Amino acid sequence: MKVLLDLFIDDGMLAIAIIAVIALAAIVAAFVPGMTAGYVLLAGSLFALFANVMARDA
Amino acid sequence: MIWTAAASAAVLAAFLSSLVEAVEALTIVLSVATVRGWRAAGLGAFAGLISLALIVVLLGPLLDQVPVHALQLVIGVLLLLFGMRWLRKAILRAAGVIPLHDEAAVFATETAALRQHTQRLDWLAGIASYKAVLLEGLEVVFVVIAVGAGRGLIVPASIGALAACALVAVVGFAVHRPLARVPENTLKFAVGVMLSAFGVFWTGEGLGVAWPGADLAIAAFAALFLLVATLAVVALKHRTAAAP
Repeated sequence: MKVLLDLFIDDGMLAIAIIAVIALAAIVAAFVPGMTAGYVLLAGSLFALFANVMARDA
Repeated sequence: MIWTAAASAAVLAAFLSSLVEAVEALTIVLSVATVRGWRAAGLGAFAGLISLALIVVLLGPLLDQVPVHALQLVIGVLLLLFGMRWLRKAILRAAGVIPLHDEAAVFATETAALRQHTQRLDWLAGIASYKAVLLEGLEVVFVVIAVGAGRGLIVPASIGALAACALVAVVGFAVHRPLARVPENTLKFAVGVMLSAFGVFWTGEGLGVAWPGADLAIAAFAALFLLVATLAVVALKHRTAAAP
């Protein structure tokens, strides 16, 4: 099981951030029609990635 | 089947990611073969391939039973986790924050570890080869399913993956040493960008988002991920250079 999890999760904070972005996009999709959920998903994923690597100690 | 931009992207994503996984599996199989000969390495690798085939044959038909939106959402989430995990590591390696993956070093470590165990060597060697083929192969299978299952692109994705595995097998067995010259981090960077783009696309589709441009949106997402990842590498290098 751990081996399978390791396929998808390397850094716990990044995984939590991605899941949080998807959850937020799902909530937006449920209440706001149109592309808003898509923008939240795309911008949130890009921000999560950038913030995660920049938070890493040199 | 009509050949679309998404089909081409599926072939490329599956080919590049399978290339990386196949090189990693080959490194372990070659190190086993070097220490114990081709019998143990070959048997382990063969058993790994049989296990993989069984997993695909047993689980593959189940995909048809899952509603397409649910399948897109689950695969999209897994692709985002998988792709951004690769991209994060590739960014950190490209910026010099963590060391590059060195197939020659992996080869040396594996052979040294196997040589320490003169007893039970056949078993250990076979199991090492089996595990490498099974685990790296599982990643290949996941990528093929992930980029292919959402829109009936399993065939092009499988073609890309099989071509990569065949290429690595032919070149690897011809040179009989790890393929250390494969620019692994560049490949991982490219694959991370593509899989993350697919992940956003499938997750959005699973949530009911109608992306403008349909499949072409994947290319736009890939361009954005590439831009952000490149900016991150530049920023990290700048920060490292400025550090006392």
